[in-house]
Amino acid sequence: MNRTSFMARPRLLSSLLAAALGVSGPALAIAEWNLQPPVTPIARQMYDLHYFIFWICVVIFVAVFGVMFYSLFRHRKSQGRQSAHFHENTLVEIIWTVIPFLILLFMAFPATKTILAMKDTSAPGLTIKVTGNQWSWSYDYLQEGFGFYSNLSTPLAQIENRAPKGEHYLLEVDNPLVVPVDTKVRVLITAGDVLHAWWVPAFGVKQDAIPGFVRDTWFKAEKTGVYRGQCAELCGKGHGFMPIVVEVKSQEDFAKWVEEQKAKTVVAGADPNKVWDLKDLVVTGERVYAANCAACHQPNGKGVPGTFPALDGSKIVRGPKEAQISIVLHGKPGTAMPSWAQLSDADIAAVITYTRNALGNKTGEAVQPAEIKAARKSG
Amino acid sequence: MSTIAHDHAAGLGDHHAHDDHAHHPTGITRWLTTTNHKDIGTMYLWFSLTMFLVGGTMAMVIRAELFQPGLQVVDPEFFNSMTTLHGLIMVFGAIMPAAVGFANWQIPLMIGAPDMAFARMNNWSFWLLPPAAMLLVISLFVPGGAAAGGWTLYPPLTVQAGMGMDLTIFAVHILGASSIMGSINIITTILNLRAPGMTLMRMPLFCWTWLITAYLLIAVMPVLAGAVTMLLTDRHFGTTFFNAAGGGDPVLFQHVFWFFGHPEVYIIILPAFGIISQIIPAFSRKPLFGYASMVYASAGIAILSFIVWAHHMFTTGMPTAGLLFFMYATMLIAVPTGVKVFNWLATMWRGSMTFETPMLFAIGFLFLFTLGGFTGLVLSIMPVDVQAQDTYYVVAHFHYVMVAGSLFAFFGGAYYWIPKWSGTMYNETLGKVHFWSSLISFNVTFFPMHFLGLAGMPRRIPDYAQQFADWNMIASIGAFWFGASQLLFVYSMIQCARGKGEKAPARPWDGADTLEWTLPSPAPYHTFETPPLVK
Repeated sequence: MNRTSFMARPRLLSSLLAAALGVSGPALAIAEWNLQPPVTPIARQMYDLHYFIFWICVVIFVAVFGVMFYSLFRHRKSQGRQSAHFHENTLVEIIWTVIPFLILLFMAFPATKTILAMKDTSAPGLTIKVTGNQWSWSYDYLQEGFGFYSNLSTPLAQIENRAPKGEHYLLEVDNPLVVPVDTKVRVLITAGDVLHAWWVPAFGVKQDAIPGFVRDTWFKAEKTGVYRGQCAELCGKGHGFMPIVVEVKSQEDFAKWVEEQKAKTVVAGADPNKVWDLKDLVVTGERVYAANCAACHQPNGKGVPGTFPALDGSKIVRGPKEAQISIVLHGKPGTAMPSWAQLSDADIAAVITYTRNALGNKTGEAVQPAEIKAARKSG
Repeated sequence: MSTIAHDHAAGLGDHHAHDDHAHHPTGITRWLTTTNHKDIGTMYLWFSLTMFLVGGTMAMVIRAELFQPGLQVVDPEFFNSMTTLHGLIMVFGAIMPAAVGFANWQIPLMIGAPDMAFARMNNWSFWLLPPAAMLLVISLFVPGGAAAGGWTLYPPLTVQAGMGMDLTIFAVHILGASSIMGSINIITTILNLRAPGMTLMRMPLFCWTWLITAYLLIAVMPVLAGAVTMLLTDRHFGTTFFNAAGGGDPVLFQHVFWFFGHPEVYIIILPAFGIISQIIPAFSRKPLFGYASMVYASAGIAILSFIVWAHHMFTTGMPTAGLLFFMYATMLIAVPTGVKVFNWLATMWRGSMTFETPMLFAIGFLFLFTLGGFTGLVLSIMPVDVQAQDTYYVVAHFHYVMVAGSLFAFFGGAYYWIPKWSGTMYNETLGKVHFWSSLISFNVTFFPMHFLGLAGMPRRIPDYAQQFADWNMIASIGAFWFGASQLLFVYSMIQCARGKGEKAPARPWDGADTLEWTLPSPAPYHTFETPPLVK
């Protein structure tokens, strides 16, 4: 904890200094108080629009309150001022109605141009489907035929102040979204449970993810690199813990990455009949549990009384494994428990084995991927 | 509590032969059964002050958790309950009842009416508030905790929630019923009980802004009630208004909610505009500039408020035509709002100003509310809003218009009228300390939030990335300071209510010329039983 505030101090000073000198943000490159550097044409237009409106407001503000402060200092009783008695002037009132209106027209013009550009999602080079879930994002490459979950990778110990916080604390994931540079990427956005919003500030993209509906937006990143964003619509207790990380790669690197992903998908489906050791399953299961289940059922399996049931001592976890497999595969209607059918047979087998042999439970039973496969077939 | 307004009135009987304050019950029965607009106004004001402290305590919990990165004080679910209840309690429990409290006390006194038009309904609309507030507070202790989906109650998240959500829905129903009754009362009082000669265009501006506010309330509170009722049936009776699987749409809720929610913003600010329009002329010793245009601007703002709601939803994925329409309509609000600010400045111009506490709060209001207005203009530009929506920039924006706007105006109004209400002058030094301390700590708290929002910090998160640490720490320090400053106000008001302090003359402000100042201080229990003649 203390370490954090130490780290923060030099930055604090630099920002205060900048504020005191009235230096504009970009000149000192202090990202903490300005919009993030834009890397798409739309984000750049937003950035410029913001400063365009900002400076108009500053000029009006200084003019109006210059008048007010002049009045405050000159027109006071303590200086023996007698008050005037005018209380109307039609001409003045018309002028200060019309001039603001004209200023607004001046602002509306560039804003309209940007909106028209933002809404044009035609002719994309790549289409990706983004799904918001409580509490992670998943990405599907529709033409390429693969997809994956993207979970927060910051260790719980850092969040609970038991370990020093890393550089990208809360803004890091296990599997980032990967896109090619200089390509118009169309993003189809939806949600699996509640509202979320997919927001990458550097791209100028923020789109609500609405369960049951698909919305689209687009971006065209002009620089390779890693860009970070967060969920921007309250979605429950994990709302602050589902970041978005996008890696923009060169066209060649992206093509290579796509091939690797396709190969992986094949391997994952290669040997569903392999019989695993209980120990191996528990080790894998722990990882799957941390990524998918711990948010609700808690890392210790105790759940949250009244909201999320405990797995420690749960009748379902200690009972026949078929019932548990069915709940994990199909979810439990009417509760927050979703279907996890999108996970691989091996991951589901591992996580079920883990819950049955950890978190205070000890059934000694292993669940094999083949059983999951069979359960899927029987519906 | 009971000393405000009437206990000292006995000696003034010869001024007002009809003062008959012996005919009401004493003790708790007096407050339960009272139909007197002054008693009810007093109860509204103490109630809202209490809720302000409750909601403020929740804000302190929020800022304590956000003092540093990492989870230290509360868990994320409870944090979400705090942000939700803080919003609901401040909007429905503190700001709105305070405005109705001012209306109850001041409207009859300013238009020369003996009381509110529907005295018994007035009692009922107040006594609905404490049960509603209790439902909200009790919801913290039910299984599953209080509502945690934000004060906007967006489904499907709020369909998932536990029974705390149901208590919140009922609380909103009750508060809505109370507001509607209050509004009917205010409209009827203003339209029917004005003293002879008090034409509509001669009314003090506070009565005008409240008249417009009351119409807004009647128009939109039923819409909110509808929205939360649909939520309730979705939760328990199998309807699917907001569930795509049954043919509904989660975004429908947002449309209905904000059709209420945007006029609500003006419901909160218009009474504040009214108070400012009384204070600035009084301390500038000069009539309000552009009275007629003030009335038209208030009405213009109210009408526009019905066609801008979807600017809260720019990121839901609306069609281009929708985006353009709501952006243009929203920008237009700057015009009548600008007119009001210019009129206030012109009222001060070449006046003979003094700077007692009410005037200080009015000037603080003018300065900071305008700043909040400018960030509102920035947010109305849809492409910029895409970056700022649901970030701390928005949090900064609406606290500038609600805290430095409405709340500062209400502080100003309380200092301005407390001599009339209690018969005791507030402590001027303490008032000034309260003002400066609030002004500075407010800006320490909320100004950095603009930076946080621009830099990319979403709102409603219990923990944040490292680059947001500096400004969050500063904001938290400011918040604790602002919270502590408000204890000065509580102390000042209690002192006045207890009659500790200088005795107030009938007209402590030499520039104030509305009807209430023709009455003795404290205002007798019954006033204007014979209507005054307004020339």
